[in-house]
Amino acid sequence: MEIVLIGLNHHTASVELRERVAFTPDQAREAAGQLRLRGILEETLVLSTCNRSELYGVPREDASDGAGTVELFLASFHQLSPNELNGSLYRHRDSHAVRHLFRVAAGLDSMLLGEAEILGQVRDAYQIALDRGETGPVLNRMFQAALEVGKRVRSETELGTRPVSVAFAGVKLAERIFGKLKEHRALIVGAGDTSEQVVRHLCDRGIKNLRVLNRTADHAVDLAARFGGEVVPWENLTAALDWPDLIVTSVSSSEPILTRAILERAMAARANRALLLIDLGVPRNIQPSVADIYNIYLYNIDDLTEIVEQNKKARVAEIPRAEGIIDEQVQKFLHWQAGVAARVVLEDLRGKLTAEREAFLQERLAAMSHLSEQDREQFAAMLQEFLDRVVLSPAERMRGIPELRRKLQNFEALRDLFRLDREKS
Amino acid sequence: MTNPYVVATLVFYVASLALYIWNLREPSRAAGIGATVCLVGALILHYFALLARSRMIHAVPYDDLFGSLSLFAWLLAATYLCLEAMHRRRAVGPFVLPIVLVVFLLAHLAEARPVKAPPAQGPLFAFHVTLNILAYSAFAISFVLSIIFLIQNRRLRGHKLGVVGWRFPALDVLERMTRSSVLIGCASLAVGMVAGLIWAHRLEGQYWDGDPKVIVTVLILLIYIGYTLLARTAAWRGARASALCIFNFMFVIFSYSIVNRYLSHFHRYF
Repeated sequence: MEIVLIGLNHHTASVELRERVAFTPDQAREAAGQLRLRGILEETLVLSTCNRSELYGVPREDASDGAGTVELFLASFHQLSPNELNGSLYRHRDSHAVRHLFRVAAGLDSMLLGEAEILGQVRDAYQIALDRGETGPVLNRMFQAALEVGKRVRSETELGTRPVSVAFAGVKLAERIFGKLKEHRALIVGAGDTSEQVVRHLCDRGIKNLRVLNRTADHAVDLAARFGGEVVPWENLTAALDWPDLIVTSVSSSEPILTRAILERAMAARANRALLLIDLGVPRNIQPSVADIYNIYLYNIDDLTEIVEQNKKARVAEIPRAEGIIDEQVQKFLHWQAGVAARVVLEDLRGKLTAEREAFLQERLAAMSHLSEQDREQFAAMLQEFLDRVVLSPAERMRGIPELRRKLQNFEALRDLFRLDREKS
Repeated sequence: MTNPYVVATLVFYVASLALYIWNLREPSRAAGIGATVCLVGALILHYFALLARSRMIHAVPYDDLFGSLSLFAWLLAATYLCLEAMHRRRAVGPFVLPIVLVVFLLAHLAEARPVKAPPAQGPLFAFHVTLNILAYSAFAISFVLSIIFLIQNRRLRGHKLGVVGWRFPALDVLERMTRSSVLIGCASLAVGMVAGLIWAHRLEGQYWDGDPKVIVTVLILLIYIGYTLLARTAAWRGARASALCIFNFMFVIFSYSIVNRYLSHFHRYF
């Protein structure tokens, strides 16, 4: 029950090569189908994202060098020569393949450490393969465990909680002040790419009340339309300040557009309700002395960048705990895998012994015509009991005791010892 | 402090505090759950400690200052636990538990002695005392929440949120929790005070015999009602309201200590 993994990612391959080896959903289905049709893999799953393309599989029992064949298939499928891929591929088997998948699901192998998107991508890839019947007991168990690992790492460590982008840091700060953002209001001043990132994160975090201003009305209309907000004319900027709880500015202006005087009047008009100002403009859009006004929290891009750097370090510090969870789950998976392998071998052993017993009895009892039918049955039963006691029970014990299995090194040795036919299992 | 329940309670409170602190510094599901479980255990054991104290002094546990302190610690811990269950946040635990622990220790350092036959008995009296102590617990919670608010506010304004700062409840949430605690405190205090006045009338034929405790209690009620009204106004909402809440709690401490010890003739436990 070997597991193989062949793949490449942003650590090992350039973006150009990754583009050539990426799988579209149709290609993933085709590749999985071909791998099974050609008898290379019994179970297969393709995981393809912008940063990685990986083939997970369980080779057939009688396949020699399943991993090597998968590698050749990968090259030929994408019309590449093996040499082109050679330096960029990683090849893992068994526990290493399992550990790799768990690290991927946990976000430890991502370009942005701890990012959450990969877990959803792993889930989607697994669900598609499961629906198509491309996976089997091994990959099912492995990917279910991977999803569990991803969930545990994100809930039991802080690997994915602290924001590591400026836009997300601003949104998380808003949550530190206001709590859940659903009932709160955001005013976006400037409709460029930076503002869009902030708006995207705000919407992801549940904000429902959004207004957008921009000097160029069309851009404001476009941004508001895409995210369900309202447009406020640029000239109404000052009047609009008493409405939001959060203001994000990102405009090109040599002078601040929000001065202390403007904001003092605004705070009076809004009865001093707390206001978070996120100034992403360079030069700054908000006069720095505004920070002294009561109940105003002002952050500029440098402040957010510093938070992001601190958070990146904090994420790195969480790696050992995440690896601890992964170690635990890898052991659990391997324990399960060994148990399944043992059960299969034991079933084959039982079958083999039963067949041998039948052949033995037929041979030996043929010359004992003086025995009655009842005697023959008793003799057969005694022989079976003997086999159970001497061979099968000890073998069953081994299935339940990992320490014994470790001593045996490889349960599969029983197969060779008793010359068990693989095809029958 | 020879009562085994007291010792066991102390152990569980200390364990709970240690786990809350650990969970705040290095969030861990096991530490968080462990902290809550230890706190629940401490509350159960504390209840039995109060019961044992009652039996020893042949009176309700709050018949003396130390008993009432113990009940205060119990109600404070129980109120916090409800808050934690409601908001699913453990970050406030490391700030509440030390108060519980200190008050509990103070309460049980003094040996429980049977008190002189007090007139203080009956369900109305029990109602009066329990509600008043509940009020003080609620005010204590609001005091802790206000301190956390001020710390967080300072960190946020100073751009120094730090590692732990990300784990506290949001400022808005802290403010709402504080106002809720104060409301509970005011309601309990008002009803508890009325119960006390009615009980005093039944006992002595007059509602008030000039005991300064009543005046101070009314003052406390007024200043917390004042807080409730001011906390939503433009001039006071935010850090100023929190500072006011902290200031108000000094009156609670004054009432519980100086007034009970030196000024009140009926609420004096010595």
